[in-house]
Amino acid sequence: MNKLNVIDELKALAAEGMPAAPEVAPVAPPAPEGEEGAAPKKAAPPAPRKNGLLEVVYAVKGVHVDVQVAVDQVVRAAQIIDGAGMTLEAITGVDWITDKELEVVYDYSFTGGECFRVVVRTRIPRDQPNIPTISKVFPGANWHERETFDFFGINFEGHPQLEYLLLPEDCDFHPLLKDFKGC
Amino acid sequence: MDLGINVVEMVIYLVGIIAFAAGNAAYLVWVERKGAAHIQRRTGPKEVGPFGLLQPLADGAKLMSKQIIFPDGVDKPLFMLAPLLAMVPAIMIFVTIPFSETLVARDINIGLLMIFAFASVNILALLIGGWASRNKYAVISAARAVSQNVAYEIPMLVITITIVLITGSMNLREIVASQAGPFWHWNILPTNGNFLGPITFIMFFICSLAETNRAPFDLGEAESELIAGFHTEYSSMGFGLFFMGEYANIVIGAALTTILFLGGWYSPFPETIPYLGTAGAWWFLVKMYLLIWTVVLIRWTYPRVTLWSLLNLSWKILIPFSLLNLLASAGLVKFLG
Amino acid sequence: MSSQALSQNKERFELNLGPQHPATHGVLRVKLLMDGEYIVNAEPVLGYIHRMHELMGENRTWAQYLPNMGRLDYLSALSYNLGYVELVEKMAGIEVPERAEYIRVITTELNRISSHLLWFGAFVLDLGGFTPLLYAFDDREQILDLLEAVTGARLTYCYFRFGGCYNDVEDNFLSGTLAFIKRLRSRMPMYHNLVTKNVILMQRLEGVGPISAEMCRKYGATGPVLRGSGVNYDVRKNEPYSIYPEIDFDVPVYHECDSMARYNVRMDEIDQCMRIIEQAIAKIPEGPVMAEKVPKMIKPEPGDYYHTVEAARGSFGIRAVSDGKNQAYRMKLRSPTFSNLSLYQEASKGMLLADALALMGSLDLVIPEIDR
Repeated sequence: MNKLNVIDELKALAAEGMPAAPEVAPVAPPAPEGEEGAAPKKAAPPAPRKNGLLEVVYAVKGVHVDVQVAVDQVVRAAQIIDGAGMTLEAITGVDWITDKELEVVYDYSFTGGECFRVVVRTRIPRDQPNIPTISKVFPGANWHERETFDFFGINFEGHPQLEYLLLPEDCDFHPLLKDFKGC
Repeated sequence: MDLGINVVEMVIYLVGIIAFAAGNAAYLVWVERKGAAHIQRRTGPKEVGPFGLLQPLADGAKLMSKQIIFPDGVDKPLFMLAPLLAMVPAIMIFVTIPFSETLVARDINIGLLMIFAFASVNILALLIGGWASRNKYAVISAARAVSQNVAYEIPMLVITITIVLITGSMNLREIVASQAGPFWHWNILPTNGNFLGPITFIMFFICSLAETNRAPFDLGEAESELIAGFHTEYSSMGFGLFFMGEYANIVIGAALTTILFLGGWYSPFPETIPYLGTAGAWWFLVKMYLLIWTVVLIRWTYPRVTLWSLLNLSWKILIPFSLLNLLASAGLVKFLG
Repeated sequence: MSSQALSQNKERFELNLGPQHPATHGVLRVKLLMDGEYIVNAEPVLGYIHRMHELMGENRTWAQYLPNMGRLDYLSALSYNLGYVELVEKMAGIEVPERAEYIRVITTELNRISSHLLWFGAFVLDLGGFTPLLYAFDDREQILDLLEAVTGARLTYCYFRFGGCYNDVEDNFLSGTLAFIKRLRSRMPMYHNLVTKNVILMQRLEGVGPISAEMCRKYGATGPVLRGSGVNYDVRKNEPYSIYPEIDFDVPVYHECDSMARYNVRMDEIDQCMRIIEQAIAKIPEGPVMAEKVPKMIKPEPGDYYHTVEAARGSFGIRAVSDGKNQAYRMKLRSPTFSNLSLYQEASKGMLLADALALMGSLDLVIPEIDR
């Protein structure tokens, strides 16, 4: 696996996605690409991050590459990563309720040799939580996406079996949404 | 053979046989539990009576005092029939087993045939029990048990025919009588004139393990796959009878092996040795219980085989070899005997 | 049976394996579509012991969440403790004294041995052999006694703290551990003679339940499952944490991809754990077991952090999102068996029921950790 290839491809992909996500653009400059060294603190709650690729400090963040892409690019990102022989560790969500957005986070790692971790993230509007599934690329994503659907109500379009996995099949809530008040 | 019906004798034999079968079943459970416990570095039952010897009685009382549960949709008559079918034929078989020269309830000419006739009813119990339970695990188990029993009955019968060929009789008493004398006269050893004796014995022993559904061939009640197999839905004495039937079958298997291969009631020592050389029912019991103990040891040592390898063992190995064995023995009898 | 032969037979039935079933070791349910003894489709149904640990992470302080880590995988709880405290230490920049690191590794590896021993017994029990379980429990009991003396708990440990360990170990713990290792070393040949080399066991495991390295990759399987498929991946080696870089140990890898390979990986791992513990005990320095400056109220920098450790069943990852408060904004627990089990549906197609249960046993499932 060539790390640099993956980084370049993801970088190009994220840059491509830049114009596709204009709605999250308050003031920031175009793409915070290629920043190296100390991880640029993106101050999570106040300003949503721009699409783009960050090479973060592994010792601090636990990942090597942190890339944010547009919603419709997650499958392409998964294909790039799959092509590099990497594996999917987990999919999860984060509810940024103040931004009215949900973040979907994909953790990838490389098990075939030197450690290399990539996190791919994307943001979707909270009231329309639709995102394409990557279970066609990684069959293992099937359960992870179902779990994310359980907890956040995120609709993975094209998922073969989007049913409750961990929660009871008759439940009608998504507990990890920040406005969940208990049931 | 005296065919006159002596009522008193009949009652005594009946009570004796039932007591023997039930007592053995009960105390073999104790032996198995205690044996398993010691193999596994535990103590086993020890609270009820000395060394837990009264445990079987307590178990029996508990089983009898429990409610028989009929799950929804079971075929009630068949559901109740199955445990009886498991126990009754087992008791019937004891009728023909000669424990010594004189200690036999009915000395029948075709004793061997009768044993196999009743033994095959046992499959029916498993099949009916599994089917009537209306439980998928029980049905799978019943199907397994039947294919297993059918597969192993063939080599077992062929091996038995080999013995019948050698001894020239189907009367169990005569089969034993033909092995009269110390151990080198027994069918198990080549010194008896049939050099295939040991192989025949090993094949018969494997078959009897499989026929009695004992580990490592206990596929019918493979607890890690089928929960409890055909008796999953049985409670109270329904389960108890299946359990007793299983142990009665083990006793029968061991008794039959003793008769066919180990010289029945004859002492392994020459008659010239005082006490030890005397033939009698005690030698029969010693041999039988040693075999049963071997069966217990095997159960707690080996993991379970899969159905396919079990059937392969029968159809691809045991049946051809037992047939060859029969041919070879027939040749021996013809040209040497 | 080939998939074509399977599709020709129309007489199929559904079988519910679990949630209460002896082979699932917990409340896992598998919806089986059977064709006689063959499995057409096996769909695991999860959630019977789901407790929403991730939500608990969001409404407890970082320290309050620590006991939860003992309740995910109750068989190797210390690995999860370790993963969590290391993550928080990374986030808050807490330095851990060296002695504490050694104690952490010694106890974690002891816990890993106990987990593998229990798996060994339960796995052979799945195959119908009852006796090894009791022997394995006998050895495991010694570990539990040792760990109880140090941590105060036998199963759901909560021993590590941010910046160190709850208390120091005594010398008799170290000597007791060495004595235990000596004893286990002398018993491993017995296990191999009685179980590993058993003809029936070999027949039941060799070639059964093949899981290719590619399938592991696609499903994200890690741990002994991955190493049994010929991939040399162990977080302790590939992403070294704690004092593992200073310790010499091997990662057992088998290339057969079958249940026997996974069995061998775990059995060899027991040996390697013993090597690790011995070296750690030989090297353990004197000193404090708690860092001096641990903030009472931990408030990490906002941002998200990821940390992975090698638990007994694979790589356990935690993604924590902090918004600068003393509680996590989001706590994602990536459990190894969740991913390992997800390949079961594909791997078990067309298998015999008995073999499929052997495959399930070889995945080493701990249901509370899958369901979280």
